[in-house]
Amino acid sequence: MNGAKVELRGLRRNFSGTTALDGLDLTIEPGELIALLGPSGCGKTTALRCVAGFEQPDEGAVLIDGADITRVPANRRDAGMVFQSYSLFPNLSIRDNVAFGLRVRKVAAAKRHARAQELLELIGLPQIGERYPHQLSGGQQQRVALARALALEPRVLLLDEPLSALDAKVRVTLREEIRRLQLSLGITTIFVTHDQEEALSMADRVAVLRAGRLEQVADPATLYDRPTTAFVAEFVGTMNRIPGKLSGRTVTVLGQDLPVEGDVPATSDVEVLVRPETVIVTPDPSSEAMILVSSFRGSTSRLRVQLGDLEMLADVPGHDTVRLAPGTRVRVELVERPVLVSASSDVAAAVPVSEHDVV
Amino acid sequence: MAALTPAGPMAPVTPPAIAAGPGGRAGRPRRIRVWRGVVLLVAAVYFLVPLIASFTFTVKDASKGFTLDAYGQILSAEGFGKSLLLSLGLGVATIVVVLLLTLPAMLAVRLSVPKLKPVLEILCTLPLVVPPITFVAGITTILQWGPDHLADTPFFQTIIAAQNPDFPVVLVLAYVILALPFVYRALDAGLGALDARTLVEAARNLGASWPHLLFRVIVPNLRSALASASFLTLALVLGEFTIASLLHYQTFPVWIYTISGSQAQVSVAVSVFSLLITWLLLLVLSSAGARQRSGS
Repeated sequence: MNGAKVELRGLRRNFSGTTALDGLDLTIEPGELIALLGPSGCGKTTALRCVAGFEQPDEGAVLIDGADITRVPANRRDAGMVFQSYSLFPNLSIRDNVAFGLRVRKVAAAKRHARAQELLELIGLPQIGERYPHQLSGGQQQRVALARALALEPRVLLLDEPLSALDAKVRVTLREEIRRLQLSLGITTIFVTHDQEEALSMADRVAVLRAGRLEQVADPATLYDRPTTAFVAEFVGTMNRIPGKLSGRTVTVLGQDLPVEGDVPATSDVEVLVRPETVIVTPDPSSEAMILVSSFRGSTSRLRVQLGDLEMLADVPGHDTVRLAPGTRVRVELVERPVLVSASSDVAAAVPVSEHDVV
Repeated sequence: MAALTPAGPMAPVTPPAIAAGPGGRAGRPRRIRVWRGVVLLVAAVYFLVPLIASFTFTVKDASKGFTLDAYGQILSAEGFGKSLLLSLGLGVATIVVVLLLTLPAMLAVRLSVPKLKPVLEILCTLPLVVPPITFVAGITTILQWGPDHLADTPFFQTIIAAQNPDFPVVLVLAYVILALPFVYRALDAGLGALDARTLVEAARNLGASWPHLLFRVIVPNLRSALASASFLTLALVLGEFTIASLLHYQTFPVWIYTISGSQAQVSVAVSVFSLLITWLLLLVLSSAGARQRSGS
């Protein structure tokens, strides 16, 4: 393993009144790719910048392999970083950009050029060494930035939303490539993103942050299927909140009895958290429920269904779109599986939770 | 007449396709062109008349008609080389000092205390509103007061050395202040076009120390801004008369003024000559800036 173990211990950081980090504890295992996910202002970037050394925590410590590096200046840390904005040096050729760190360390020219070429081959762009940053596309620039960050063989790789400036297609191929490189190099990687799809598809573990604190850290499947808090449930993926009656460890919702998972609130009036893909919608002229809106997404369609004064979202296969057109009367059921419940919020009769669409 | 003259030579340039196009579209570019010509003509008259008049004055001779003697006499004129070298030296020293002062300060403010940016801006712009004569009054007072009170301290030698007529450091200090507004503007524009924070952090992350990143990352990417700042400073120093004259130093402008009493033609010839030098410098610098743009 080339990766180092990274520990964040009780990190606290205030920016003139606003708390960016509020006692963040997180341990990242060697060789692991962890995604820091959260809404803007949750402190994920601040946490990353504390590891990079661009930000000093007011309290707490950053440890790499057990050594406290909180006060080590940024240029003496063993962590490569890729930035959100294009950060290649405009005055240097691609080869010199990749070799910049080696030049700082006074590596001989021939050796550092060989190493730069090696890295350009690693990122699949062996022929662009003589070009300049402004001649490359955004995706190519971020790849070169990745090569540059890897040139010094750091033991920690920090990615600060490196894909958010790219268009959708490039983003998907590049994230696969980053993952492939990270796995083959075994480098501990911290990846900051606000894009849940990115986090879920790339990371070994996802840490969801909220207001400077760790909300939940788990592997992507667990995070999606077994969110421990309502915040995580709503932030990762889309959730319906449907009122139900709780009795013991079962809940009655939409006429079905479903087992409850996780914490059980004290009241019997609860809201059941249901993913749109676990809502089954079948045409039924005698039913009360009606489809309001249908938005086709290719492989799936997202339906907005009205049931009394309740609106909920349901995902159905794309090929069902025709028979589930807006205005169709439908029967709504839930997939038989354990569900999460939370105490009723005061918000008027359970409205589908805000959609965190993939940008 | 002014409106018609530029339209005349312009008209054949207009492609027939545009002239044949819809009335509204064809009319507008033509009107813009006419106005462009008018502005150009007015500007040209404003700048060229004094230049041509000066040149004619230097080459006219009562007996021979046309002569370039005045230009020939420049090089042999008493004090020409010395004063020009002094002014150039002062210019270079001023550029070095003002850049060393402003660039790190502006970078630091931009990176760590952006709140102070307006303060820095006001500080750097202030010299524009203070008339040079006030500077002279202040500097003279200090220079007179200094030696009396510092006679027993090491500063005495410093204050005397600063007034050395061969290289008056005191002028450099005054020019640094005068040049601040121009240098600030030029560098601010350059830094604004650069994502300085990201570049600095990227370089720090790759292990660069502050001096390394300043000279290897920031300076190369600010080349054209630094060039224009340097040029403005040099032009300012080569043209500054009030302070140098009142403090009795023989800089280039002061020298021109001095000889204009005895050799009027030569002094005007020198002015035309120095104007040409300044233009040449401007050309060199702007082409250096253009090269950088195509290169980067």
